[in-house]
Amino acid sequence: MSYCPHTEEDRNELLRAIGAAQLEDLFTDIPDRFTLKERLNLPAALSEQEVSVLMAAVASENMVPRMTLLGAGAYNHYIPAVVRHITSRSEFYTAYTPYQAEMSQGILQIIYEYQSMIAKLTGTQVANASMYDGATAMAEAAVLAAKSLGHSRIVVARSVHPEYRRVLSTYAWANGYEVAEVGFTPSGRIDVNALATAVSDNTAACLIQSPNFFGVIEDVAALEPLVHKCGALLVAGFTEATSLGILKPAGEMGADFVVGEGQSFGNPLNFGGPYLGIFAASDKFLRKIPGRLVGMTVDKEGNRGFVLTLQTREQHIRREKATSNICSNEALCALAAAVYLVSVGKNLKTLAVRNLEKARYLKTRLLELPGWEEVFSGPTYNEFVLRCPEAKEVNEKLRKQRIVGGYEMARAYPELGEALLFCATEMLTKDGIDAVVSILK
Amino acid sequence: MKLVYEISRPGRKAMEIPAGDCPGVDPAAVIEAGLLRDELDLPELSEVDLVRHFINLSRRNFGVDLGFYPLGSCTMKYNPKVNEDIAALEGFTCLHPYAPANFSQGAMRLMYELRAYLSEICGMADFTLQPAAGAHGELTGIMTIKRHFENKGETRSKLLIPDAAHGTNPASGALCGFQIVTVPSNAEGGIDLEHLREAMTEDVAGLMLTNPNTLGLFERNIEQVADIVHGKGGLLYCDGANMNALMGIARPGDLGFDIIQLNLHKTFSTPHGCGGPGSGPLGVKVPLVEFLPVPRIIKTEKSYVWSDEYPKSIGAVRSFFGNFGVMVKAYTYIRSLGAEGLREATEDAVLNANYIKERLKPYFDLPYDRTCMHECVFSGERQVKESGVHTSDIAKRLIDYGYHPPTIYFPLIVPEAIMIEPTETESKQTLDDFCTAMIAIAAEAKENPELVKSAPLSTPVRRLDEVLAARKPDVCWLK
Repeated sequence: MSYCPHTEEDRNELLRAIGAAQLEDLFTDIPDRFTLKERLNLPAALSEQEVSVLMAAVASENMVPRMTLLGAGAYNHYIPAVVRHITSRSEFYTAYTPYQAEMSQGILQIIYEYQSMIAKLTGTQVANASMYDGATAMAEAAVLAAKSLGHSRIVVARSVHPEYRRVLSTYAWANGYEVAEVGFTPSGRIDVNALATAVSDNTAACLIQSPNFFGVIEDVAALEPLVHKCGALLVAGFTEATSLGILKPAGEMGADFVVGEGQSFGNPLNFGGPYLGIFAASDKFLRKIPGRLVGMTVDKEGNRGFVLTLQTREQHIRREKATSNICSNEALCALAAAVYLVSVGKNLKTLAVRNLEKARYLKTRLLELPGWEEVFSGPTYNEFVLRCPEAKEVNEKLRKQRIVGGYEMARAYPELGEALLFCATEMLTKDGIDAVVSILK
Repeated sequence: MKLVYEISRPGRKAMEIPAGDCPGVDPAAVIEAGLLRDELDLPELSEVDLVRHFINLSRRNFGVDLGFYPLGSCTMKYNPKVNEDIAALEGFTCLHPYAPANFSQGAMRLMYELRAYLSEICGMADFTLQPAAGAHGELTGIMTIKRHFENKGETRSKLLIPDAAHGTNPASGALCGFQIVTVPSNAEGGIDLEHLREAMTEDVAGLMLTNPNTLGLFERNIEQVADIVHGKGGLLYCDGANMNALMGIARPGDLGFDIIQLNLHKTFSTPHGCGGPGSGPLGVKVPLVEFLPVPRIIKTEKSYVWSDEYPKSIGAVRSFFGNFGVMVKAYTYIRSLGAEGLREATEDAVLNANYIKERLKPYFDLPYDRTCMHECVFSGERQVKESGVHTSDIAKRLIDYGYHPPTIYFPLIVPEAIMIEPTETESKQTLDDFCTAMIAIAAEAKENPELVKSAPLSTPVRRLDEVLAARKPDVCWLK
């Protein structure tokens, strides 16, 4: 398959116009000893029909699950049909970053609407146009806090998603920052006493998640004074964005930055990406936050319009003085999230309640099984951790029925022993949950 | 157009949530009242209002499917439709990243093979697919370099970057704690060797070089450059944003580069989606493989499995495994084109850029008049001198002619820069029509400069007040 339109005649005509005898003449700047004399060793070219057949076969080597009881940072939610119809408009998906505002008013207005909805949802005043994912959004918030305060210690709750902590530690190492972890109590919440001793006047930021990796909802308002008292910034994350339908946003409880994974808003699981890094902040950080920002303005005739703004924050202007190097973001995922949020609207609360109900039912039913018990006592949303006789065996039984089981906590929390993190979204049915319990009986 | 919040009417709904089939739960009964939200300020629209809102906004946006998009350095080639359909197959979209590996063997094979294809194309030992964008790949690459020297017990605090480099390069280096030292370009647009020799000391970790560089010119002295950098124990990093100029022609690994990031959303035809998602795989030579991010896929006799067993790895730079959906499209593209197709793509990309360069040369200043690679860089200085028309005016006027403007004011070393990258997927007719428009604008600049300065005239909004936007930022609808 070739997507090049030129015929041999076209090529010859172009070469003549350039004054070159042959194509090779255009590559003479490359020293001859470096030019490839043989073809690259790649599989033979395929027609569209052949590549479609091939790729359908690759897709079918994967297994479409009957049911998914797994969350842990990636969530299986229903995606309204309008989302894919809008994101499939090639005026959107084949466009570049909206550098030319006059011919990009469509996406610029949508990003402005997205920023507005995210700021309101997170209880903040500013949201950027997106980061790569929840983990990098959190790491970048920590780096920004450290750079703007000149502090070099970052304190993170051990109940934050293990992958987020891993990304954080990579970013912190690269910048020469120290990371300290704070444990959790039997409630599954951050250990406030340990936090009090972990923060110092060199602490740049304290990083938590609510709901945290265990599904437990943190009391952000109770942590806030402790963090701010020592001059650090509070970064509150979330792994499950639909929880914002019922939970008080961290921005309203004193968090300086609210960051998290927005995949739940209209983006499929996709084996981990592309996802949507949500980055929101109090307006005092407006001129410091990373990534693109869209602002409302007027044209020379006074008509409302939208532009990329405050670009002096960004790497293409500040170069080595920028606090972030992000350039490409996840704009199309943000578009999906915007369409999703408009589609769901205030029903996001109903959806969140539905998640809560399914999760409670799943938890109640699983706790009927002999030897199963709850690990944490704190309030949860749509995820929870249960101790069970043999975590691997549970998942194996479910897998045989094409059901994706829970996250084996021993992978990241060996101290929790045989325990599984389960998730129930609106995609589960009562019958399905009952079937799961029968399989495990 | 009105904002969604302005269209919103209380009680309207676009989507129904199914009735519950599990026992009802009152959130207030199970979660402390102080942790529940009071109000939820989201717009309320009917489905038809929602669809018309977003579809009408799509009509105010310009993508490759609407017309020529010669945005230099961004490689805005055509995005094949079949790739979109394939990436949307349920067998790919339904996969949970933490599902047991038996659910995702096809996806893991695809990633494993994509790593091998990219290694072959670039002459590298291995790739990681974890970085989510080009700049993220750069960051991962510089982290890899940092770890390499840490591992050797060497402290190297500086990183060399040419003045023509993408802005992300110095930012990526600085985010890994390196002091950035700028290396000037020489008269023919290449790196100044004398200066490089001087700057390349034993506390320099390496040189980040874009080849072909941002002037669209191949670095002719690449051998000497590599010798100078390697001679002092440094590493040579290739910003692979311009790989569309080299596929099947030459391999960065053979040219002496130790490390390269690719932009799948440029070279490998995955769409840019109004700014993302991209994907920025990072390739390295043998000595650096052990530092790449984890987890990595390994192939055992029976299956593909994830492994974290790389104790010297820099760790993870993103959650899960990267932008998998983008990888599916790039994989499909490589399988469609094969070795000959990739080479043909590069040849035609270079052919098209040289054609535009020759056709426009009489009308615009060409600061570096050499055979170019996949893009060419003009300067609008002549127009500024003649009639006060700036490059930004020429760009805006092109919109009236139905084109997306080229990249402007970059690279920074060319005043009034106009950077044109046509890509291989454009026909001679398209190139000719574009050149005719550029030539007409050059004439307008002489004869009717005010017309050019007042462009665009055909868009839903006229030139926007960016100063106002920055001075009184309105980034969130408060009503």
